[in-house]
Amino acid sequence: MSPSPEAIAVAAILIMVIAAYALFGGADFGGGIWDLLAGSAQRGAAPRRLIDESITPVWEANHVWLVFILVLAWTAFPPAFAAIMTALFVPLSLSLLGIVLRGAGFAFRHTAERLRMQQLTGAVFAAASLITPFFMGAVIGAVVTGQVPVHPGGNTLAAWTSPTAILTGFLFVAACAYVSAVFLVLEARQRGHQDLERYFSLRATAAGVLTGALAGGTFADLSASAPYVYARLTGIALPLVAVSIAAGIGVLGMLWLRWYHPLFLRVAAAIAVAAVVSGWGLAQYPYLFPTSLPLATGSAPTGALVAEFVVTGLAVLLVAPGFALLYLLQQRSMLTEAGSDTGLRLAAQLEPAVPGQPAAAPVPATTRITTALVLAIVAIRAIRDVLSPSHRR
Amino acid sequence: MGAAAHVLAVNPVPARSQMGSSLGFHIILACFGVAFAAVTMTAEWMGIRHGDAAALLLARRWSKVMAVLVAVGAVSGTVLSYEMGLLWPGLMGRFGAAIGFPFSLEGIFFFLEAIFVGVYLYGWDRLPPWAHWWSGMPIVVSGVLGAMSVVAANSWMNSPAGYTLSHGKITNVDPWSVFFNASTPYETAHMVLAAYMVTGFLVAGVYAVGLLRGRRDRYHRLGFGVPFTIAGVCAPLQVMMGDIIARFIAHNQPVKFAAMEYVTTTTRDAPEWMGGIFINGKVYFGAAIPAFDSILVGFSPHTKVIGWDSVPPSQRPPLVTLIHLSFDLMVGIGFFLFALAAWQAWWWWFHRRLLMTPWFLVPSAVSGVAAVAAMEAGWVVTEVGRQPWIVYRVLLVSQAVTPSSGVTVTLAVILILYAILTVVSIGVPMVMSRRWRQGTAAEEEAEQVPYGPSPARFSPAGPPAPPAGPGASSGGPEPL
Repeated sequence: MSPSPEAIAVAAILIMVIAAYALFGGADFGGGIWDLLAGSAQRGAAPRRLIDESITPVWEANHVWLVFILVLAWTAFPPAFAAIMTALFVPLSLSLLGIVLRGAGFAFRHTAERLRMQQLTGAVFAAASLITPFFMGAVIGAVVTGQVPVHPGGNTLAAWTSPTAILTGFLFVAACAYVSAVFLVLEARQRGHQDLERYFSLRATAAGVLTGALAGGTFADLSASAPYVYARLTGIALPLVAVSIAAGIGVLGMLWLRWYHPLFLRVAAAIAVAAVVSGWGLAQYPYLFPTSLPLATGSAPTGALVAEFVVTGLAVLLVAPGFALLYLLQQRSMLTEAGSDTGLRLAAQLEPAVPGQPAAAPVPATTRITTALVLAIVAIRAIRDVLSPSHRR
Repeated sequence: MGAAAHVLAVNPVPARSQMGSSLGFHIILACFGVAFAAVTMTAEWMGIRHGDAAALLLARRWSKVMAVLVAVGAVSGTVLSYEMGLLWPGLMGRFGAAIGFPFSLEGIFFFLEAIFVGVYLYGWDRLPPWAHWWSGMPIVVSGVLGAMSVVAANSWMNSPAGYTLSHGKITNVDPWSVFFNASTPYETAHMVLAAYMVTGFLVAGVYAVGLLRGRRDRYHRLGFGVPFTIAGVCAPLQVMMGDIIARFIAHNQPVKFAAMEYVTTTTRDAPEWMGGIFINGKVYFGAAIPAFDSILVGFSPHTKVIGWDSVPPSQRPPLVTLIHLSFDLMVGIGFFLFALAAWQAWWWWFHRRLLMTPWFLVPSAVSGVAAVAAMEAGWVVTEVGRQPWIVYRVLLVSQAVTPSSGVTVTLAVILILYAILTVVSIGVPMVMSRRWRQGTAAEEEAEQVPYGPSPARFSPAGPPAPPAGPGASSGGPEPL
């Protein structure tokens, strides 16, 4: 039984959304990781501020990607979703823990008054940025190796503690740090911080090399732990893998040459991530869990799949103009942190504080009486209707 | 399935507690996501329309509080999406295809809300006043539509529709019938009104405290009056809606209704119990109005009300006392809020001013907390009342719960984390308000809220210069 075109289409959408989350969410988590590694409060002040300023605007939207992934997965591929959520209960709960801690640390660190409190919330935020991608990576590693049972009876520890899964976890952490550092180079450039430009360029290169090494290690490991996926990665999905490697090397080259082109650098980093995620998707085809759960048996009925397709279209139609507006307004500097309310405070204070407010002109008596009459008539009719014999049983 | 897993599967109490506490926490923040923009925009509208500086100042400050609450709400909402799978894989694996559609729609509205919260929050200084006002409109619309989508998913669990089952597997899904199931119109309207009431009364309550402390300037009067009016308009509608819904439940989910009203056996002349504890077939400490339950259900004492004896004990909800008392609490608070709103409406009608007597302000100060209690009680009624079913008469909770061990641990962790998040969501606005009251303009300027473009990047020009005039001593504390 081959999968329906609808199932393939929705699977493709899911892969695209995962790629988007890996890119934007990854940059977000990576920011937290660099925050963690920035050193003492004094030494790390400048990079931390840059990270903070560039994460802040996108933070909320990144949650939406994750929610979309979850909803798409459970609507379009319910059995796979249920099996993953059951067997990988522990790593998923830990990644969720990271998300909640990040949120709490993030919401509070801006309003924390004392330095000690700021350091604590900052540390929580940064540590959580490490936990979440690691365990998400472990989850993906467990799925790729086909270690998730289709009908799990409970937690499956072995699924996400295999060397491949752990390696994938580390790979995710390194990739987040890498993507984030690349973006931060550009953010530093845009703000004219030359020292920070160098600072993050160095770290982007280091993280890029580490990511490459980990990716190579994971890839080699897959040959034994996931023969089906490995065969397809070196077969039909090879072009995508090659593109990803080329883009990754391209980014490193641009960093080395200090050619920080805002568009090319971003696009190359995006391609590196998107290509490897789609390569993974293609390598798994036609399986949700290689090779135990095929797409055809694991997908929802056509009605639900078409609905997801329409919802995605609607999302693009509604959200894209919103994003365009946001972008346009940002470019024209129409969006700024609301300044002080000094003018308003003074104006509001000009009016003397009086116990009772000055009475406004009352509504004319005739209006009041008419309204009261109308209301009374409506009420009487309603009560009569309710009590009329036709309503009795 | 192992023996331990089996014990957990038939004893889903930790999972239910975790879901209940997560939902109970998120729903309060969700109310602000749904309704706070409308309250803020009303103040802004008054400010722009009448050149009212106090109203504009309120709107600006409320939008900052909104940013904090939406940020925390985004986190607790993500937790809920996870928990749908982590705690109830048996539900999602079987019915994810059906229940997923309303959730997907919600995703879109959440996205839109997130974008326009950013525009609204950071457009204060540069956008023309009315353009800024309109930028808030999508938040109001997507807030309401998003709430309707999520509640429609819950309605579906009460009135499952729009799918075909064969051999325990879904073979066909009709998304529209899933979304517009029998319960959707009632539940969604009830919840949207509740969101407006919770937000309105909570915000009004803050300023009621200010008024009680003698801060009776226009800023505090408006801060009380605007949200109170919005919530007060919803209060009578909610009482009406509640009455209609109770009748609907009596027909649609009679066993839930029986638990709400202590109807042990199917009977005519069913009494209406006010309060009371149900132990071993008897109601203690309760007051019964003879035949009134029958009258409420069918406008006649002869209406037959279905009791819980209509189903075998294994299909009856547990904790009937909890269900009944929660229901009574919700109805009681509903009438209390209605009365409070009616009193102020009466006074406004004849005197054109706010009531300033402590007899009114003290109850108003607690009206928000009361509204939250009523909403939580309502969710207890509908969720516990649906037990032992997760999908009414289709799937048992025990069939849906995860066989994974460790829910007790996650429950404990979630409780601790949510205690922290509660402190954050109450503490941050309190810290802000203290700064607003005591602080200088410079401090307020330096204030940062969780997301949006940063000041360093997007503000080439400084803040607008304060107008020269009487009392231009912006350095000192201002008794606003």
